[in-house]
Amino acid sequence: MSTPSAGRSAIRNGLRLTLFGLCLLAGIYVLALHYTPMEIRQGLAQKIFYLHAPAAWSALLAFVFVGIVSVLYLWLQDPRLDLFAASSVEVGLVFCMVMLTTGPIWARPVWGTWWTWDPRLTLTLLLFFIFLGYLALRAALTDRSERARFSAVIGIMGLLLVPFIHLSVYLFRTMHPTPIVLKPSAPSLPPVMLTTLLASFGVATVLYIAFVMVRYGLALEAFAREEADLAA
Amino acid sequence: MSDPASVVSEDAFLRPILAVAAKDLRLELRGKTGLLSAVMFAALVLIIFNFSRDITLVSNVDFAPSVLWVTFAFGSVVTLNRAFHLERENAAFDGLRLAPVSRSSIYLGKLLANLVFAGIMELVTVPLFILFFDVSMGRAWLGVAGVTALATIGFVSVGTVFSAMVVRTRFAELMLPVLLLPFMVPPLIGATQATTRLLAGRPLSELWGWLRLLALFDIVFVTLCALTFWAVVDE
Repeated sequence: MSTPSAGRSAIRNGLRLTLFGLCLLAGIYVLALHYTPMEIRQGLAQKIFYLHAPAAWSALLAFVFVGIVSVLYLWLQDPRLDLFAASSVEVGLVFCMVMLTTGPIWARPVWGTWWTWDPRLTLTLLLFFIFLGYLALRAALTDRSERARFSAVIGIMGLLLVPFIHLSVYLFRTMHPTPIVLKPSAPSLPPVMLTTLLASFGVATVLYIAFVMVRYGLALEAFAREEADLAA
Repeated sequence: MSDPASVVSEDAFLRPILAVAAKDLRLELRGKTGLLSAVMFAALVLIIFNFSRDITLVSNVDFAPSVLWVTFAFGSVVTLNRAFHLERENAAFDGLRLAPVSRSSIYLGKLLANLVFAGIMELVTVPLFILFFDVSMGRAWLGVAGVTALATIGFVSVGTVFSAMVVRTRFAELMLPVLLLPFMVPPLIGATQATTRLLAGRPLSELWGWLRLLALFDIVFVTLCALTFWAVVDE
């Protein structure tokens, strides 16, 4: 098996991509603070949007991948799929943390409260806990194949739970700004702001890929080491 | 049902499910400790809740539905904690696995037994709840029973799978609520909202949306759990 080298090269390439992504992130800050106009009612607080929304995007991307890869794992039983899912969960949790910290910082001056039980906030918080539980269960299991199968089942369930949480909490009145980009009509954002936002989504995606590559490479290395220990 | 073939196939589908459920019920009724502690636990939660609010500020009818559902939720977690413990002892589950029945049948049998346990816990809790919180059910009792059945199926279906997972860990009692509570949120919200409207005597049209949500949750998760149960129990 050529996993050691595959793991190493994934880590190396992931680190390079991370460096590149962080440079791009610095570019986003410059773009957001210097070239994008100030929002008239929210003022400077609105700038956090260029960090909050892309973090939300990457977290969602991470958890959707976990769900899809989990289905594939139950079908193909390839341990690499499980390692990828676990890596994606960890990275998703990091982006989730960014979203859950930047949100209240913005909400305090704009909504006048740190937290509210709005559908999207509740959904994010619950997803955060589901995938924290996913990692806790993984840590508590010793058998590798058992760990992979249980994780896959939770991954699929987590993805299916999303519409239910959204639906059930949506029946309460929502306070969160409604989507402004991904909606049936044209995006209702000034062109400059939209460019900055879309660029920040791109950067968040690059960072997601970079982080998962590094984490996945590390997981591959650990897997290969375990394999060698078992063989010895 | 005059066609003999269909009778046989229906029988072959139901029999293993009922056999697994009957085995669990028989074991529990002989031991009784698990169910008894779950019922006592639910009663104690109700008592503690009574001291958690200012009766001059919050009226019973506003407070009661949430009390009922938090109690049901915790009580169900306690009953579910035991679901696969007995199977661990003397490797009883290996026997079940060797039986020539599908994994889905084993799951549905365990689900049925867990639903009976949770149902008993709820049946004992409701009179205590009416007594402690001075709630008059009136004609709402049928609706509350229906909502309770829908919501309980929802979280016990997921809980049965998680319960089979956590017995493989060292901290099963701690792990189950950590995994299960986020999944209990949609049925709990639906049930609490529907119960509030029922107790306030609102028309059925106002809770129709919640009932559909509960039913959809049951259908999706019972199916998903039955289909993926093999991944949890096979070695």
